[in-house]
Amino acid sequence: MTAVAHSTTMGLDNRKLGMWVFLASEFLFFGAFMSAYLLYIDTTNRGPGIEIFDIPFTSVSSFVLLMSSLTMVLAHNSHLRGDMRRMRLWVLATAGQGMVFLGGQVYEFTVFFREGLDLTQSPFASSFYFLAGFHGAHVAIGVLLLLGLYSLSLTGKIKPGQDVKTEIIGLYWHFVDIIWVILFTVVYLIPELRV
Amino acid sequence: MATMTAAETGQSRLRPSKPTGFLSWVATTDHKRIGILYFWTVLVFFFIGGVESSLMRAQLAQAELSLITPEIYNQMFTMHGITMVFLVVMPFAAAFFNYLLPLMIGARDVAFPRLNAFSYWFYLFGGIFLYSSFFLGGAPNGSWVGYAPLSSDAVSNMAFYAVGLQILGVSSLASAVNFIVTILNMRAPGMTFMRMPMMVWMALTTSFLLLFAVPIIAVALFMLQFDAVFDAQFFQPASGGDPILYQHLFWLFGHPEVYIMILPAMGIVSEVMPTFSRKPLFGYAAMAFAGAAIGFIGFGVWAHHMFTSAIGPVPRAAFAVATMFIAVPTGIKIFNWVFTMWGGRIRFTTAMLFSVGFVSMFTIGGLSGVVHSIVPHNAQQHDTYFVVAHFHYVLFGGALFGLISGVYYWYPKVTGRLMSEKLGKFHFWTWLLGFNLTFGPMHMSGLLGQPRRTSVLPGELGTTVETYNLLSSLGVIVLAVSASVFLYNLLRSMKHGEASGDDPWDARTIEWMTATPPKVHNFDVIPVITARDEFWHRKYAESDQHIPVAVPVGASVDHDEHDGDVGHIHMPDPSLWPAIHTLGVMPLGYGLVYANWLLIGIGLVWMVAGVFGWIIEPLAEGDDDEPALVGAATH
Amino acid sequence: MSTSGTQAADAVEHEAHGGHHPTPTEYVRIALILAVLTALEVSTYYFDFGRAGIPLLIILMVIKFIMVAGSFMHLRYDTKLFGRFMYTGLGFAIVLYTATLLIFVVDANQ
Ligand code: HEM
Ligand SMILES: [Cu+2]
Repeated sequence: MTAVAHSTTMGLDNRKLGMWVFLASEFLFFGAFMSAYLLYIDTTNRGPGIEIFDIPFTSVSSFVLLMSSLTMVLAHNSHLRGDMRRMRLWVLATAGQGMVFLGGQVYEFTVFFREGLDLTQSPFASSFYFLAGFHGAHVAIGVLLLLGLYSLSLTGKIKPGQDVKTEIIGLYWHFVDIIWVILFTVVYLIPELRV
Repeated sequence: MATMTAAETGQSRLRPSKPTGFLSWVATTDHKRIGILYFWTVLVFFFIGGVESSLMRAQLAQAELSLITPEIYNQMFTMHGITMVFLVVMPFAAAFFNYLLPLMIGARDVAFPRLNAFSYWFYLFGGIFLYSSFFLGGAPNGSWVGYAPLSSDAVSNMAFYAVGLQILGVSSLASAVNFIVTILNMRAPGMTFMRMPMMVWMALTTSFLLLFAVPIIAVALFMLQFDAVFDAQFFQPASGGDPILYQHLFWLFGHPEVYIMILPAMGIVSEVMPTFSRKPLFGYAAMAFAGAAIGFIGFGVWAHHMFTSAIGPVPRAAFAVATMFIAVPTGIKIFNWVFTMWGGRIRFTTAMLFSVGFVSMFTIGGLSGVVHSIVPHNAQQHDTYFVVAHFHYVLFGGALFGLISGVYYWYPKVTGRLMSEKLGKFHFWTWLLGFNLTFGPMHMSGLLGQPRRTSVLPGELGTTVETYNLLSSLGVIVLAVSASVFLYNLLRSMKHGEASGDDPWDARTIEWMTATPPKVHNFDVIPVITARDEFWHRKYAESDQHIPVAVPVGASVDHDEHDGDVGHIHMPDPSLWPAIHTLGVMPLGYGLVYANWLLIGIGLVWMVAGVFGWIIEPLAEGDDDEPALVGAATH
Repeated sequence: MSTSGTQAADAVEHEAHGGHHPTPTEYVRIALILAVLTALEVSTYYFDFGRAGIPLLIILMVIKFIMVAGSFMHLRYDTKLFGRFMYTGLGFAIVLYTATLLIFVVDANQ
């Protein structure tokens, strides 16, 4: 049974511990995609390469994602204080920013696709779409979780005392943000300098 | 049990429902029942995998036979390999971990019971999904390693492999998280790390290996699958892709995977040997850390599978040395088992025989492994039957012997009855004979040049090689007889076996301290642990000559007083949602294989809806962090 | 039901959480710093930092990473165990994949 944190061996909440354990493994997941990307960064098969990136545009969406971490943590903070109304507000704000980021990614992919960067074009194209796309999938799952959190707290299913739920969803969300901190630098900015 | 009597008070407040019947199994969240589900599913897949290997051995019994076509042969060795690795050995270990971990650490269940059910259903559906390929245009035939770019070509049918293993990977990852949290956070009071049974240590190490290895192959499989189905270009040399990347990713996972398969068996043997030697495990700390070291170093040797592939001399040298280094902690373990037996009063029960068999056969396999790590040798042996001999000595002679030892050892714990020792010993000796007859000669035929994964035994290899192959194939008949005896024994003993009592082996660890078979809630009173081999210390004191002296029943009251936590026992509710949710992986999987967006959509929506149902399902006894008392104040 | 504290070895972490979460103002301050750092990152695209560019980007990335993990994910206030998990995963990933890429490079240079 999932016990209350204070009756566990280490005095930790099982679900929180589980989330951290899971997140540890995610580094290996994104790392593998990143290796492929770095390996193939110049393997463009005469198609578009990194010059296709629109740094100003991506900077804005990266910024939005980064700031969504702030609203996430504020949501958790409100939940801690039992202020469910604020908590819901911040959760919605976070989900909204996540959706802005996703919208940005959809737009970005569409533009790239029009410019000839097709998944089947080159190893570079495949590895770029996979790396960014799987990150996007993580964001999408996060948005679903947040919307779930929102609606369950509306119906009273998630109660003021259950801030651990907001906290673990937050952990996931911040993690996805952290991965983007890395990706933004490694995928977009550093290659851009190299040229 | 003397230690139990005080505790029946908790009964009245137990969850009333203890349903039986089909649905109760589908909805179960009881770790013991899930363990049992794993076990029977494993047996079915083991049978299928065995049939596949028998077909191969029949085909290779003589040179130039044509019993089965090369197409079928390729499907057979691929499905045999996948089955034995992912559908037999790994879930076999999961069966033991599920059943035993909570009992061994003094918990009432795992940390996430419904997630545990989820793992099982993902495993089952993954297996069914893989096998459905036989009816859908042929099974995968690109070997269990699935090297690109062959595997991304439609002829190899490997889309099923990529998606199927992905499903199984999710199952493994979920149980890894579950077991890690359980072991770290749900131990009985006093059960410090250095007091945990060795099996628990090995489970912890294995879970960490899974945790870090599974995501790597997940990526490799995603790439492979998109290359195969959606024309991505990860491993396609025509557009500049590098198939070597696949090999790296596969083996970054693949080598830890071999330790994922062997460590659980090592854990089992480390429980069986002390019990039947009537001595504590020799070098407990060394055993625990050797296991962890094996796991850790195991991540740094992957490229030894690629010596004949595209890696340069410097990496070759580095990986050769690293590989040989793993022999050190492995050797520590082997010596410690030997010293555990040394000077002990050994009882050669069937379980013990299989454990001894494990140590000896695994040592042979380990030695031929060291031989592989010598780079020039490797060039000679690569893709010959010598390799097939090697990995069967570690996987069959190792992992499987250990796991079977565990079956004989814990069978009474699960059923309350002993398996027949007579049939058991017959099983052991024929198993040992059949195994060596099948795989021993492969060392020779391999060194004489017989290639692996080849559907016809080439006549030009000569009569010596032919004789070896005939012996191998005859060995399979012995194994088949032996396995039938095992199955008979297993089924018969459930009804007709001798009643075992609570502690048939005079065991050392606390899973034997509770009722046999255990009650739903495992322990009436969670025991307070004061020593390694707690149960043994409750039963025996030591005389001046270090000879154990039995403590009279009821005399160990000092323990009973301290055993805590009676009151309210909160057991996980049964739930259908894990099964419902995971079933959605079937449409999703087929959608991915056939690039059918409708099916993908159905699968995704199904699974999301399943998660939702899972989350909002009311829990009979209130929510985890709101049973009654705990409110906002806790934080 | 205070059986949890009995394990001296594990109890170190006990009670480490729950304590002092930062206030919303502190969170906002951290977010502002993050915003400035991001602006600095993006500026490498517009201005030429010469050879310093790439090291600068990497340093900024690491700082941002640590700030988000430390404050927003509460690593600084929670039990050390969580951080150990995270940095183990991260460390494994860095070492393994760097080695893999190195093998490709070493091979290419022959
Ligand atoms: C039941 C007795 C078994 C027999 C008779 C048997 C026989 C064989 C044969 C003939 C091959 C094909 C070799 C080739 O053509 O290259 C093979 C491959 C293999 N076996 Fe077994 N095996 C048995 C049990 C096991 C077990 C218990 C495992 C444990 C994990 C296992 C794992 C494998 C693997 C991984 C392969 C490689 C498949 C591939 O090349 O892709 N086998 N086995
Ligand atoms: Cu290996």
